[in-house]
Amino acid sequence: MEWYLPVIWAAVIGIAVAMYVILDGFDLGIGLLFPFAKSERERDQMMNSVAPFWDGNETWLVLGGVGLFVVFPRAYAIIMPAFYLPVILMLLGLVFRGVAFEFRWIALSSKPVWNLGFTAGSAIAGFCQGLILGGLIQGIKVENGAFAGSAFDWATPFSVLCGFGVLAGYALLGATWLVLKTEGAVAERARAHAKLLLVAVLAFMAVVSLWTPLAFERIAARWFSFPNILFLWPVPLVTALVALAAWRWLEAGRELLPFVAAIALFLLGYLGLVISSFPYLVPPALTVWQTAAPPASQIFMLLGTVALLPLVLAYVVFVYWIFRGKVREGEGYH
Amino acid sequence: MNLDPVLLDRIQAGFTFAFHIIFPSFTIGLSAYVATLALMWIATGEERFHRLAFFWTKIFAVSFAMGVVSGVVLSYQFGTNWSRFSVVTGNVLGPLLGYEVLAAFFLEATFLGIMLFGWGRVPAWLQALSAVIVAFGTLLSAFWILSANSWMQTPAGHEIRDGIAYPADWIAIVFNPSFPYRFAHMVTAAYLTTAMVVLAVGARHVAAGRRIAEGRTMLRMAIGMLAVLAPLQLLLGDQHGLNTLAHQPVKIAAIEAHWDGSKPGKLVLFAWPDARSETNRYELAIPNAGSLILTHGLNGLFPGLTSVGAADRPPLLPVFFAFRIMVGIGFLMIAIAYVGLWLWWRRRLFETRWFLWLAAQTWWLGFVAVISGWIVTETGRQPWAVTGILRTTDATSPVGAPSVAVSLLLFILVYGIVFSMGIYYINRLIARGAEGRAAEPPPAGTPMRPLASVADAGREILGSQPQP
Repeated sequence: MEWYLPVIWAAVIGIAVAMYVILDGFDLGIGLLFPFAKSERERDQMMNSVAPFWDGNETWLVLGGVGLFVVFPRAYAIIMPAFYLPVILMLLGLVFRGVAFEFRWIALSSKPVWNLGFTAGSAIAGFCQGLILGGLIQGIKVENGAFAGSAFDWATPFSVLCGFGVLAGYALLGATWLVLKTEGAVAERARAHAKLLLVAVLAFMAVVSLWTPLAFERIAARWFSFPNILFLWPVPLVTALVALAAWRWLEAGRELLPFVAAIALFLLGYLGLVISSFPYLVPPALTVWQTAAPPASQIFMLLGTVALLPLVLAYVVFVYWIFRGKVREGEGYH
Repeated sequence: MNLDPVLLDRIQAGFTFAFHIIFPSFTIGLSAYVATLALMWIATGEERFHRLAFFWTKIFAVSFAMGVVSGVVLSYQFGTNWSRFSVVTGNVLGPLLGYEVLAAFFLEATFLGIMLFGWGRVPAWLQALSAVIVAFGTLLSAFWILSANSWMQTPAGHEIRDGIAYPADWIAIVFNPSFPYRFAHMVTAAYLTTAMVVLAVGARHVAAGRRIAEGRTMLRMAIGMLAVLAPLQLLLGDQHGLNTLAHQPVKIAAIEAHWDGSKPGKLVLFAWPDARSETNRYELAIPNAGSLILTHGLNGLFPGLTSVGAADRPPLLPVFFAFRIMVGIGFLMIAIAYVGLWLWWRRRLFETRWFLWLAAQTWWLGFVAVISGWIVTETGRQPWAVTGILRTTDATSPVGAPSVAVSLLLFILVYGIVFSMGIYYINRLIARGAEGRAAEPPPAGTPMRPLASVADAGREILGSQPQP
């Protein structure tokens, strides 16, 4: 039990983070694509395609953060101070992004301010998430179970690369979401953007995949040691095949499949990172077992999660179903 | 320059929490109000209820968004600024927050989508049901967060090993001694806050002669709510105070500025408590009345501030004055409610200009009372982060003062911009009033129907200039 519980929890939190990255990923991506819209009506259309969902999508981030606090309080207490400034900036970016959804509709002369707030907030939040991701892969300096580094340990070329990589990925998700949910000029432009972004995302994935084993010995050992490599070689191959399929589907004018492929690419990238780092939660110092809460806390929370998470997923699906189909210009409650 | 990181952490926590609490204390009540209006529209078919539900939904949306974004910040701040607090209390508090997210946040956030965007896309009953679910979700959220907060005040059901709290009895943890009182007091405060705003908006409509039917409905509903809840809050507050006396006597001593526990307590109406001389300056007090309230006996004794050393006492001035502001506002609300009720009974409510004017000005009373009460209870808990377990000075993160100073400045800047704009926009929505054409009743079973009619209604509202 002491062995399994943290693994189960790592999986639950991993799913929450994956849900967040995919769901809020396309919201944030739409923020990134916002400046390319040609008119306020187009921007209305783009924003309306995510307006009913963004709040629910962002809740997965809260679940990820709180989940870490619940189950791995010692990891939470190291990771958050280690990435103090990026975490705070991400939260402030999300503040701008979130209120822009509402303020933009009420604003008259200040509407451009909130268009900018929507884009800047999305960009800052996404970039900081990439910085944190990169910083985690690099590792955190830990002494006596507490963060022992300095304020800018995370600021390296690698984490900056991850920041831009995450932005490209979010923009790809956003563009393929627009292909799915919108019509007319917005959808056509999104399709063109999606192709460029697909290439960019693949480039970032390739660089990260080469950089990490070269720079971090533990990651090289994980992937290239025998027998691991026998099981792991299909991961990059499948990634390449999915990317190829995504390109074809975009060319062929498909609407749903490019979005599915973008999600699949994200999950494959995520899988790669999990393979590189598991079971370390605070690489390279602490594993999931070393940072876990006592079994009593984990079980108490697990009971609730087993009961509530399927319910949550059910009504999330329900709401996406209610708002299925294309968004048309001029829709909204405002 | 020598900045104290603990002080900066505390300022940042106080600032971000105080900002956040403004919005839930409004949206908890407002979601219930919108749900009530939507249900009454379905029950009666009267257009004024529909128009009001639509009007308040827009205000709710803006307030809720600000509550969400300022709340997400808090869920990470435990780790960024209070990591030692997280380690010491995480085993116990973590699951409470986890249940808040799983049981409440997802419920609110997901059904909010239908509540806001369902007009015309879903049947009216589902729209109303979504509003009810959102209102229920906000209550669940309050349940868990106040349970966690109460555990910090009156920890129970845990055991301490190596300085870290471990859960022993979850029921005792969730329903710790101060929780039922705090929950009842806070939820009532949220409903009162909303009722004061509804009262003010109704009074403005009636006074300006615009949308009279809607304005009168708001006035009547708000006065009815206040007449029941404002006196109830007095009773709940009294009970909460007795509970605090039992578990956190030093906080009560600070509230009452009661120094010497060997003498009966006075009811100090005004004073300047002086921590250095351990006396009250400029005191205006009723002898023995403090004992009467707290012990229900004229000569009852309760611990004074000198029962603990100076290092174990909370900062006196904020606790003492914030308490008097809160209680003063509570009595003012009762007065407003009963004057309004009397005028209503005399059939002069909608014609009495001075009362309408007064009601239109006092929309902010609930917010100030909530923040004051929050200052009383959280400052009164000091010097402890968790009473008896962890001192605030031992709870912070190993983050340097410069980082915290930067983040604090950013929070002040960003919140200053975002929330002053938000309040400006809410005010604009209120100034526009419940005008415009309300949405057509959506025909059932046509979920894909375009929302053109609603959008037009929205444009009509938004396009019209604010009226004087």
